[in-house]
Amino acid sequence: MAIFSVYLVNKAGGLIYQYDNYVPRAEAEKTFSYPLDLVLKIHDEKVIVSFGQRDGIRVGHAVLSINGVDVMGKNTADGKDVIEYLKDSSNYPVSIRFGRARLSSNEKLMLASMFHSLFAIGSQLSPEVGSSGIEMLETDVFKLHCFQTLTGIKFIVLADPRQSGIDALLRKIYEIYSDFALKNPFYSLEMPIRCELFDQNLKIALEVAEKAGSFGPGS
Amino acid sequence: MFQMTVHNLYIFDRNGACLHYSEWNRKKQAGISKQEEFKLMYGMLFSIRSFVSKMSPLDMREGFQCFQTSRYKLHFYETPTGLKFIMNTDLSVPNARETLHQIYSTLYVDYIVKNPLCSLGDPLQSDLFSARLDTFIKNLPYFNPRAA
Repeated sequence: MAIFSVYLVNKAGGLIYQYDNYVPRAEAEKTFSYPLDLVLKIHDEKVIVSFGQRDGIRVGHAVLSINGVDVMGKNTADGKDVIEYLKDSSNYPVSIRFGRARLSSNEKLMLASMFHSLFAIGSQLSPEVGSSGIEMLETDVFKLHCFQTLTGIKFIVLADPRQSGIDALLRKIYEIYSDFALKNPFYSLEMPIRCELFDQNLKIALEVAEKAGSFGPGS
Repeated sequence: MFQMTVHNLYIFDRNGACLHYSEWNRKKQAGISKQEEFKLMYGMLFSIRSFVSKMSPLDMREGFQCFQTSRYKLHFYETPTGLKFIMNTDLSVPNARETLHQIYSTLYVDYIVKNPLCSLGDPLQSDLFSARLDTFIKNLPYFNPRAA
């Protein structure tokens, strides 16, 4: 039971705060001999598996490191092109680590804005009168909860589908936001939140929510 | 107290064309033409699926299943061939994936795929399919025709 991450989106749809509480890293490291039986391609400045799913390495996984050294986008740490490096048989046998690519800050910004729009479309396509936007989105591995305040700020929490008490947690995060960000005289509205006390209190609130399974009243 | 009910149902093919749409209990129209609404619905789901695949902390098997707002719940099911079934219900309905799968395997496969007059990609014009779908939905345990 875990809470994966928290996102705060302002009125205009821009990301103002993001925190990854628990990021499960499903990675597979294997030694390969020439020729490589996986098909790799470049996508979004990363080297991705496009064909050849096996042994925990899935389509969509990115090359994370070669021979223990982390790759930098589509180049190895020495600056050589990864795909070119893997075409050369003299470099084998080689140990490559594959896994889900980590989201860059840019990608998180884009995803937050994307959700901001999807939230609004969910309300527009409603077959019932007076519907809010998307409050809860469920997949088989995570549940996304969203709380929009009267002022248009969205608090988004990604958690395990079985985690309970997220509604209370969202209200608690709103409380922490108003205490440690809004009441901070150096914080400007709608801007990225860089307040230490906000970070600290948010982490404590997440810990309590995870342990208790649900958030107690009046905390 | 919400009455359990099904609001409407959409069926899209893999290219985004709306093959079928029925409504039973819809209180509010989207304010745009039906064609635009279908495009918006398909676009929203395409974006949600892309969003979910990037956001997900772990590898997913089935992907996006449903979302809910304060007033309705949208259930989604995609077949391996790219056919998409979308059903809007009220909030008290738990995951309707099984129901959508049944609609696909019993109604769609039997009355559309096996029908030599229905070509894939065309809007579904089988009256038998529409009638059977209507009966199926009305027989769901959570369907209640609302008092007007």
